[in-house]
Amino acid sequence: MGKQVITLLVNGESHRLEIEPRTHLADVLRDELALTGTHIGCEHGVCGACTIRVDGAITRACLLLAVQAEGAVIETIEGLSDSGEIRDLQDAFRNRNALQCGYCTPAMLITAQDLLLQNPTPDRATIRDHISGNYCRCTGYQAIVDAVETVAQARYAAGERS
Amino acid sequence: MKAYAFDYVRAKTLDEALSLLERAGDGGKLIAGGQSLVPALNLRLLGPKLLIDIAHLSELRGITNDESSIHLGAGTRHVELATSPLIGQHLPLLQTAIRHVAHAAIRNRGTLGGNLAHADPASELPACMIALEAVMHVVGPKGERHIDAADFFKGLYETALEADEILVRIAIARCPADTRFHFNELARRAGDYAMAGLAMVMHGTPGHGLRIRPVFFGIGDRPVLASQAARCLEQATHMMDALADAQQALLHDLQPQDDLQADPETRMQLAQVLLKRGLADLMAQGRG
Repeated sequence: MGKQVITLLVNGESHRLEIEPRTHLADVLRDELALTGTHIGCEHGVCGACTIRVDGAITRACLLLAVQAEGAVIETIEGLSDSGEIRDLQDAFRNRNALQCGYCTPAMLITAQDLLLQNPTPDRATIRDHISGNYCRCTGYQAIVDAVETVAQARYAAGERS
Repeated sequence: MKAYAFDYVRAKTLDEALSLLERAGDGGKLIAGGQSLVPALNLRLLGPKLLIDIAHLSELRGITNDESSIHLGAGTRHVELATSPLIGQHLPLLQTAIRHVAHAAIRNRGTLGGNLAHADPASELPACMIALEAVMHVVGPKGERHIDAADFFKGLYETALEADEILVRIAIARCPADTRFHFNELARRAGDYAMAGLAMVMHGTPGHGLRIRPVFFGIGDRPVLASQAARCLEQATHMMDALADAQQALLHDLQPQDDLQADPETRMQLAQVLLKRGLADLMAQGRG
């Protein structure tokens, strides 16, 4: 049961890593690459705190072995944050107090962005449904739904103007 | 928690996967989407020696149709089923069901074949396969064989698959033009396992050769075709007149289980409610 050498493409950078096959991607991101914005809660796919993007699709990093991710395009909250892609969502979360401890926040932002890319005009029920796999244990969901709804409306209005 | 240590190999062809699986014996385990397997690994419920990754096999890909059937590659991801125009046109039941399968992030990776081979009794798609009379195409060292969905699910996480076989494709015969579909489940939260669920396929006219297949899941150790309830409904001139008898027949068709989510009496009650709502939905579709 030795280690394997793999190459992972994370936020546009290629990393050569020697890891045990049993290591899930969330642990590799955090422990090997110091990308600690990907949080670990339950480690069995329930809490959603480790949500990242793999080949453009949101994915649980705790349910993906790092060896499975070789050859895929991996994007974490650090990548989405640095590129400015979710700047408006980050601002809205702060303005609406849609976070307290922040544990769920990176994954909540990625999941919200995923929804808005697929559906620019979601109603509140649709927002709730899309974030239903992301647990928040302190703020509650009201402010998070507010923030996502605000950004959806602002982006839609900006699209209408341009 | 962290998984026990194991080795990993990514198979390049179906033949390679089959020979790796045969050689690994009891210690081998296939992984595709991993959305049920990796939680079980992380919780140390399973401790395979070798994981054989079949996610990249072209032999398991694709949704196609011919004049008689729709063919679903076992490696088809839930999200692909949910967005496929071909499935939307011919098998809308699957698209309704998939909305209830976990959450978007899980549906992006979880595969149809993995879902069926895992055989979780609360899973939506096994029940759909029985309702649709799907046929499982399975390949092993001795060649290919076909298993009816009704014979495929054997119990809790148990299927008719041998340890050295791989589910490669699911074939579903085209439904008659007047077919109506219904899917519903009752769960405590969106994306949770169902306390009770129902997939139904119906065609024909009440009193004139109507055929209905109500399949319940989350009730027992495997999906169950409620055959006595179906008979009540098929023999009635007006289907809703037979509702009470059909609900009563569920007492014979189903043996609800007891667990942390619900007791057997609650489950039976939920099954009867689902049947009533489902029939109302099927009738409403006829008026539409």
